Amino acid sequence: MTHLTHDSCAHCGHHHELRVEDLQVCYRELNALQDVSFATSCGACVALIGPNGAGKSTLLKAIAGLLPIAAGRIWWRGTKVAKWSREIAYLPQRENVDWQFPITVRGVVRMGRYPQAGWWRPFSRADEAAIERAIGLMGLTELAERQISQLSGGQQQRVFLARALAQEAHVLLLDEPFTGLDRNSKAALATTLRNLTEEGRLVIASHHDMATVRDIYDEVLLLKRRAIAFGPVAGVFTEAGLVATFGALPAAGKEVA
Amino acid sequence: MIHWLLEPFQHPFNQRAIVAALLIGFTNGYASAFVVLKKSALKVGSLSHALLPGIAVAILVAGLNDWSVFLGSLIAALLIGLGSLAVSRGSRLDQDSALAILYTAAFSGGIILLRRIGVAQEMEGWLFGNIMGLRDGDLWSNFWISCGALGVLTALHRPLLMTLFDAEVAATLGVPVRALNYLLLAVLIVVLISSLQAVGCMLALGLLVTPAATVYLLTDSTNAMFWGGSLLGGLAAAFAVLAGWWLNIEQGPAIVLVLGVGFLLAFLFSPKYGLLRRVPAPGW
Repeated sequence: MTHLTHDSCAHCGHHHELRVEDLQVCYRELNALQDVSFATSCGACVALIGPNGAGKSTLLKAIAGLLPIAAGRIWWRGTKVAKWSREIAYLPQRENVDWQFPITVRGVVRMGRYPQAGWWRPFSRADEAAIERAIGLMGLTELAERQISQLSGGQQQRVFLARALAQEAHVLLLDEPFTGLDRNSKAALATTLRNLTEEGRLVIASHHDMATVRDIYDEVLLLKRRAIAFGPVAGVFTEAGLVATFGALPAAGKEVA
Repeated sequence: MIHWLLEPFQHPFNQRAIVAALLIGFTNGYASAFVVLKKSALKVGSLSHALLPGIAVAILVAGLNDWSVFLGSLIAALLIGLGSLAVSRGSRLDQDSALAILYTAAFSGGIILLRRIGVAQEMEGWLFGNIMGLRDGDLWSNFWISCGALGVLTALHRPLLMTLFDAEVAATLGVPVRALNYLLLAVLIVVLISSLQAVGCMLALGLLVTPAATVYLLTDSTNAMFWGGSLLGGLAAAFAVLAGWWLNIEQGPAIVLVLGVGFLLAFLFSPKYGLLRRVPAPGW
């Protein structure tokens, strides 16, 4: 199976590296995360695995530039991530989105183009083309004029992915993308994430379903307020690693809450 | 009959009132989409009550004129809004409770003060509006306020809409979410002040919520919510002024009542989201 090459990576011979060094993030006086270090690059699909309150969402938000960093650094392509970057897209948990908002699928995808178009400039032909391409790639052409509450969970997830594609992001940060999806939607979303990865993007997602980790991801970061282990799935997603993260072995095939 | 219908158009004060109603209704209707999408109707309602003590202090300090009332009420609403933020940050109390305490206390102070400085007869106008008492100068200041508010809201439409839809996603796309939230609240306060003379500070909230809320039950389009809300607000307010003249009822409450009836109709009969919409028959 051949994939479209991710345009922004195609003309660069080298990989794009995301490097997190000794990251510490605090909520008020509490340490939400500390001693988190790992490095990965475009073309990888990374799972964040850990118990509730382990700091998975916090880490995603920190990389997206949503939270102030107490200590440590995040580097993307050799520059420090201090605030937002157009190249990094953040996809919120589905339950945190106001699905009753009067906006269509196309309307959400258009938002991905605002960084390019700015606050006032009308969309250029290139903007419109990027929007249509993103909608097409995510298989939403037929649904483009639907209000977003009239979609299935899997379709809603794809709307936000299309927004990230319109934004031309290299790094996709997804907060529990598989939660609440039915079996077919899960399989379809897994395929989509694999495709996006193989086109050269970096996908990082928090994940709860232990049974599917091996099928979807290349690398795993075990997280429990600090990084327990990071590396290729085969080396890190082991019984010993999971016991160290969860305290006990989570039953395979069950969603770990 | 025709004479009765046309009579309101013959008096200058009535013509002014109709133009003012169109203008104020349009601006409030447009801004009401932001209030509904932000789900902050009660906060805005608290701030509308906070205008009254500002008016009282302004009259006491600078006498009654357009600018003293505008600045006084603006400062009072800002002080109470920011004050509630300071109280909630500096104590364990939540912001809604802090806001409720501050605005009711200030409102009470405003009522006592207004009675003492000898403008008690105008009290009802400040509370419930007196659109027939508008002068040409009031019309102009309303016009400029409306232009300013509509200009700011239209210019910042894209980032504001993103902030309202999902503040976190907006922030990852470079939108200064916090600054925009403060700016939006400031613009909403200014819009509230513009409707003071039409509906007073007790009823201002109705004009700044109902139009877009009604359209929200009829459509899924964001643009329809903004422009439909504006049209509904303007036309309903103008119609209410006329109806008030024909039926000899107070115009301020009439405006809010007409909007309320419109909302009830949408709530019951909206083809898509109405209570009495045709529920598809179960398949068998």
